[in-house]
Amino acid sequence: MGSIQLKSVRKAFGAVSVINGVDLDIKNGEFAVFVGPSGCGKSTLLRLIAGLEDVTAGEVLIDGKDVTDVGPAQRGLAMVFQSYALYPHMSVRNNIAFALKMAGEKSDVIERKVQKAASTLNLTDYLDRKPRQLSGGQRQRVAIGRAIVREPKAFLFDEPLSNLDAALRVQMRVEIGELHNDLKTTMIYVTHDQVEAMTMADKIVVLDRGSVAQVGSPLELYNRPNGLFVAGFIGSPKMNFIKGPSAAKRGADTVGIRPEHVAISTTAGEWPATVRLAEHLGSDTFVHAEGDGIGPLTLRLEGEAPLKPDQRIFVTPREPNVHKFDKNGRRID
Amino acid sequence: MARKTSVAASAATTIVAWAFGLLMFFPILWTALAAFKTEANAYTMPQTLFSSGWTFENFGIVQERSDYFRYVFNTVVISFGSTFLGILFAVPAAWSMAFQPIAAPTVKLSGKVWALIILGAVALAAVILLPLGWDISDRPLLAIVLLLLVGVPFGVWIYTRRTGDTLLWMLSTKMMPPAGALIPIYLIFNRNGLVFRDWGFVNLSDYTLMDSFWGMVPLMMLLNLPIVIWMLYTYFKEIPFEILEAARMDGASLWNELTRVLTPMALPGIASTVLLNIILAWNEAFWTLNLTNKYAAPLSFFISEYSSPEGQFWAKLSAASTMAIAPILVLGWFSQRQLVRGLTFGAVK
Repeated sequence: MGSIQLKSVRKAFGAVSVINGVDLDIKNGEFAVFVGPSGCGKSTLLRLIAGLEDVTAGEVLIDGKDVTDVGPAQRGLAMVFQSYALYPHMSVRNNIAFALKMAGEKSDVIERKVQKAASTLNLTDYLDRKPRQLSGGQRQRVAIGRAIVREPKAFLFDEPLSNLDAALRVQMRVEIGELHNDLKTTMIYVTHDQVEAMTMADKIVVLDRGSVAQVGSPLELYNRPNGLFVAGFIGSPKMNFIKGPSAAKRGADTVGIRPEHVAISTTAGEWPATVRLAEHLGSDTFVHAEGDGIGPLTLRLEGEAPLKPDQRIFVTPREPNVHKFDKNGRRID
Repeated sequence: MARKTSVAASAATTIVAWAFGLLMFFPILWTALAAFKTEANAYTMPQTLFSSGWTFENFGIVQERSDYFRYVFNTVVISFGSTFLGILFAVPAAWSMAFQPIAAPTVKLSGKVWALIILGAVALAAVILLPLGWDISDRPLLAIVLLLLVGVPFGVWIYTRRTGDTLLWMLSTKMMPPAGALIPIYLIFNRNGLVFRDWGFVNLSDYTLMDSFWGMVPLMMLLNLPIVIWMLYTYFKEIPFEILEAARMDGASLWNELTRVLTPMALPGIASTVLLNIILAWNEAFWTLNLTNKYAAPLSFFISEYSSPEGQFWAKLSAASTMAIAPILVLGWFSQRQLVRGLTFGAVK
């Protein structure tokens, strides 16, 4: 079991308010991702759940029980840190076994559990090494191994992949996803990388300046962002925002259109534009263009599009994919 | 680009460095040589560095007249004991300074208000003491109440300070000349003093601190505690806090966090702090000369015995000095690598 609820949680460091009243409900077995730009309070929120920071106001509930005043050791959660935070003076075996020793398990039980965790994570050959003798990916696995041996109520990940190189990051992303499928334990994952959020999450929590901007499944956030912030944050490349007559025509202050939801013609269309740069990725072409009177546009075309700088094009948005926002940046349906 | 130095320049640098080193080391060399001379040779004017008639007799006489090994034992008890005790206090203190920098943000008063409270408490204590003629020697209960009256606000004030302020305050106690504290400490140590008297419920005059390990070990610990805490604090600052947080998430109690995670990680720093503290306590002379004379007298007292009103016995004084510094010199020699590593711990990175 591992459901986590936050009730009007606030956190202030001195006079600076970092979390302004967050309500959140994470169900047992869910993979929740906290995502947002740096400084939005996502790591602080995770640390409040972990108990490493005290809340200024509000309640934290684990399995319905109020743990607001319970220390991190007693909450039954495991955490994987950005820097891995392995104990440098202990072997991999002792790093993984530390929590079990602290819980007073018998040594044969500890050995069995360590072996099991090590074989799950391909660490069996490295059990007697010290953390400094391991590569980044192996260290990351030890940190995960240290978390899984405890069979916690929930796993907390604080940007665990940001210290790895790109290839390893993709591999570890898949491994963590598979781990969640095997263990079916609640996981809360903090990242600033929206690709990680989209690919791993059951539920994404987008945070903006200490408040929850929107909660939903990845596709809900992609298809129905509730405001300009979420619309701009989720999706890569970023959504195009257009103000002026073409927005007013649709009864909105601002309209948003994702780069992939446009049709391009060289003869006629709604928005005339000039190509500034075309990036050819093989599978896609990203076109950066300057729309006449509407500012820069980013467009994504499938396959190879034969476009060159300074070429005149006409861009037409696909009407069902146009997002409309009012003056305050809220979604209009 | 690597710097290029001519052979002549590097030779000159080497010679100057050696000359300077020899100059610094010369008094110790002279002492060591004088220890092997006869008393007459050692006192000859003008001095000769190498004279004929080398002898070991000084060491024999010194050992015969004053039991060297008893002084070594006393010194070891005082320096190692005070260091061990100091580490017990300093590790938790440095831990809280390094990782809990703002202790109690709930108590927020301005500096003026604090000054008013503390000075007010002192004034109140003085007003109570005035009609008693400043004498509380027969009123133990009142003494404790007054101590709490002044001590508690002061303690809370220190507790609410940031680490930087507290560290500076602690170090400032080392800026005061020790002679300034000699008389109060002498009175505390003296069995006929204010504290070590028959209080009725307990007769403290049975437990004297003067010339005893019970007095010297805690005193030496307290003298060096600011430096020990300061050093440990700088080492602890180098340890990523996330590792301690990981231990907390793993269910480690405060005790386990300190003993199984923090201490082993800070071991090079703790080791060099221990060594430095042993050396400081080993060489301490001011307090040991004033507060010991027989039972707890360490090697510094042993040396001073040979500077007597009957005359200067240079050869014997030198022999005693050589014997006194030899053990710590050997300890320092074997641990210099550790010491240097500890003192520059975290300097590069």
